[in-house]
Amino acid sequence: MNIHEYQAKEIFRKHGIPIPPGEIAITAEEAESIAMSYGGTVVVKAQVHAGGRGKAGGVKLAKTPEEARKVARDILKLKIKDLPVQKVLVTPAADIATEAYAGIIVDRASKKAVFMVSPAGGIDIEEVAAKTPDKILRHAVDPRYGLQGFEAMQLGFFLYKDVKQARAAAKILQQLYAAFVASGASLAEINPLVTTPTGEVIALDAKMVVDDNELDRLPEIAALRDESSEERSEVAAREANLTFIKLDGNVGCVVNGAGLAMATMDLVKYYGGEPANFLDIGGSSNPEKVVNALRIITSDPNVKAILFNIFGGITRTDDVANGIVTAIKENPLKVPLVIRLTGTNEEIALKILTENGLSAMTDMDEAVKKAVALATGSKVA
Amino acid sequence: MSIFVDKNTRLLVQGITGRDGSFHAKQMIEYGTQVVGGVTPGKGGQKFEEKVPIFNTVAEAVKQTGANATVIYVPPMFAADAMMEAADARIPFIVCITEGVPVLDMTRVYLYVREKGSRLLGPNCPGLISPGESKVGIIPGRICTPGPIGLVSRSGTLTYEVVYQMTRAKMGQTTCVGIGGDPINGTNFIDCLEAFEKDAKTTAVVMIGEIGGTDEQDAAKFVKEKMTKPVVGFIAGQTAPPGRRMGHAGAIISGSAGTAAEKMQAFEENGVGVAKRPIDVVDLLKRAMR
Repeated sequence: MNIHEYQAKEIFRKHGIPIPPGEIAITAEEAESIAMSYGGTVVVKAQVHAGGRGKAGGVKLAKTPEEARKVARDILKLKIKDLPVQKVLVTPAADIATEAYAGIIVDRASKKAVFMVSPAGGIDIEEVAAKTPDKILRHAVDPRYGLQGFEAMQLGFFLYKDVKQARAAAKILQQLYAAFVASGASLAEINPLVTTPTGEVIALDAKMVVDDNELDRLPEIAALRDESSEERSEVAAREANLTFIKLDGNVGCVVNGAGLAMATMDLVKYYGGEPANFLDIGGSSNPEKVVNALRIITSDPNVKAILFNIFGGITRTDDVANGIVTAIKENPLKVPLVIRLTGTNEEIALKILTENGLSAMTDMDEAVKKAVALATGSKVA
Repeated sequence: MSIFVDKNTRLLVQGITGRDGSFHAKQMIEYGTQVVGGVTPGKGGQKFEEKVPIFNTVAEAVKQTGANATVIYVPPMFAADAMMEAADARIPFIVCITEGVPVLDMTRVYLYVREKGSRLLGPNCPGLISPGESKVGIIPGRICTPGPIGLVSRSGTLTYEVVYQMTRAKMGQTTCVGIGGDPINGTNFIDCLEAFEKDAKTTAVVMIGEIGGTDEQDAAKFVKEKMTKPVVGFIAGQTAPPGRRMGHAGAIISGSAGTAAEKMQAFEENGVGVAKRPIDVVDLLKRAMR
């Protein structure tokens, strides 16, 4: 789960990381009055679950409250990577002497949480990492001991020559690790970590991604979810316990299992079509899930044909068949339906479908070809 | 022959009285797996299906049954503890089916299991099957058939699809292993490739990957440097859209976006045959084994 910058900053502050104040506005007028209360130059920052905000025009300086209103109005009209900006963070502009980077992520290769720090922070950090890897220092944390003081100091000295600043950075990194663990995060990042002309070390930005698997035991973190900033269809899918990602094509796909779902989308493309979505109904099936899946897919007006691809293992194909029949009775389909199912209870599933005037195929390639032909209006090969 | 499990595997089922555990314990027994005991705290002394003894702890179960493998079907918040309990009881092979284990739990479990000297498969995996000998986990037995091909996959149902197509084409399997798709898992592609290379009966290997991470690229290098047997592969997610990625750390750590195109290129460069569609695995295998 992604959380907003202002929410991550709140968590970081609770762990003691020095961060300038800031307030959230949902209208240009609110942004203006927040800017007025701070006085001086402010930064107006889009709060949206997407990277590359700065480059998309979602972060702007404003020298006066009137200017803050103007840039907030522009930013609140923006869509960044398809997501509408609904909130901006207004924060006093800091005087910056240097910009560094500090991040921690769970690393597949070392199977540990790994710190990465670089004295060359800012928006081009990925280029720095690619072109001058010696400007990045990594440190894998032993989960049994956490980030020890001397380890934090090694990272601190890599960032700053000045011992006071190195110490300040080391403290921030230990606080960042504590915030990371306490929040069940899979990523936490400060970019930039800046020094001011007077030598203070402060965090100007905050990012955090929480491991979805932690949410059951961290209700306070789970409560940070901002559904208004997510795709409506994706929210509905999550509530129905489905994994769904909306795409731009016209073949709606309902599949069990993420790998098979991706392979099905690939095959749709291979045969000349475009998938309308990724949808995984998961392992243990019940007819209700299928009903919800169909409701979500048919709400997309681009969908011209619907393809079911079910390989029954834990998933019982008769449950899926019952779900399809129920859903169609409630809400007759306006687009053609192609069903491929095989595996657990396949004979029962076929009987249910046939009795209700539907049919199913057993071969994946044939089913995909047929769905693509129906969606594009071409002849079935 | 086979890898990791065979007809001599003596299996425990942790969570044998739960919904998933009991269903799959029955399926494994029907398949012929030697299920020698179950573990559910508080139900020690009872019997599962009137035959299989249930114990309160893994240590007790191992002492009484001589189990040498375990499969875990406990809820995600208890899975880390269950894996460590099994390792502490010195069970050499631990399979965790549970989906949704927090990744920070896994950073601790991984070290713990390794220090105790056990092999962990999973979590969030379908388990494995050596057709005709032993099935540990949830892979449907009837889609598999004994034969000379080893299969290792990050996926669940996509594995079934490929195995099903292989079986239809009369290409049987030594062992099919699902390593699971979580960021931290106990056994990776290379561990399985190494085991298949050593297994006398395996003559060719299928590797099924997905987008994300660099495990497939590393495995492809391993194939070129260390393997004599032919390997063919498929990568799911060729059409997956680039995510609205948050933060830079992911790209910095691996130096890779983990796209299907990158992985397929790594396969090609290292002599791993690349299937464009799942069905193409069958043709590639035929050609590779000629």
